[in-house]
Amino acid sequence: MDFQSCVNIKKEWDIVGARQLGRDIARKIGFGTVDQARIATAISELARNIYLYAGTGKVCFEALEEIDHKGIAIIAMDNGPGIQEISQVMEDGFSTSGGLGAGLPGVKRLMDEFDIHSEEGKGTEIRVVKWLR
Amino acid sequence: MRIPILKLHNYLLISIQIDLDDQTAIQFQEDLLSKIHENGASGVVIDLTSVDIIDSFIAKVLGDVVTMSDLMGAKVVLTGIQPAVAMTLIDLGIHLQDVPTALDLEQGLIKLRQELEE
Ligand SMILES: Nc1ncnc2c1ncn2[C@@H]1O[C@H](COP(=O)(O)OP(=O)(O)OP(=O)(O)O)[C@@H](O)[C@H]1O
Ligand SMILES: [Mg+2]
Repeated sequence: MDFQSCVNIKKEWDIVGARQLGRDIARKIGFGTVDQARIATAISELARNIYLYAGTGKVCFEALEEIDHKGIAIIAMDNGPGIQEISQVMEDGFSTSGGLGAGLPGVKRLMDEFDIHSEEGKGTEIRVVKWLR
Repeated sequence: MRIPILKLHNYLLISIQIDLDDQTAIQFQEDLLSKIHENGASGVVIDLTSVDIIDSFIAKVLGDVVTMSDLMGAKVVLTGIQPAVAMTLIDLGIHLQDVPTALDLEQGLIKLRQELEE
């Protein structure tokens, strides 16, 4: 692990800022265009969820370097309302905001690892990883 | 930021050249619908060649644009969707099934003419 950088999510434009920074980091790690698009899309979904449901929060990036393994970790955290029923929000099509409900289940398919911790009234932290193949 | 909408005979042409934020996407939706109304356009081509990310929100806006334009009597064709974007859309579970698409602007215009003749 050599660096971590974060983008604060406060306004709508920060969603674009986060996915652009994430894509740059992914390119530098060596990801190809398709994986760059997957990573940028996942960041966009996580950042927008923070903006929509928690108001503010941040998205952090970590370049992962192991002996035979490189990758990127994205951590999205907020101190928003939290998620009551995680299994429900992971279903395709579930949305409390009239969205497509594609965000979270989509992020899970776009990335290799997906961990979510959420506590009602405290906030949500989602960590996803994509490995370079 | 506003996306320019060009008029060509009965058609409207749009080439999206910027990284779309939510506000710009919504603004575009409104601008396009009023342009269709003003010009009585029968067809619209939206070229996405330079778009390197479509997330669930932008996909919803684009899908809605197609449906709304259709209600107003204008057919929309999306062109130039990058391979990487097509793949991420599938991962997101978004299929844009009822949306006519074509490889590039030229093919888009041909497709539009065909659709309108039917
Ligand atoms: N950070 C968060 N804090 C609180 N609730 C959240 C958070 N992220 C997601 N949720 C809840 O999970 C639901 C599902 O999220 P998901 O991103 O899958 O779909 P969506 O945001 O509703 O629609 P889409 O992302 O397709 O536009 C949301 O409607 C919201 O209720
Ligand atoms: Mg979402």
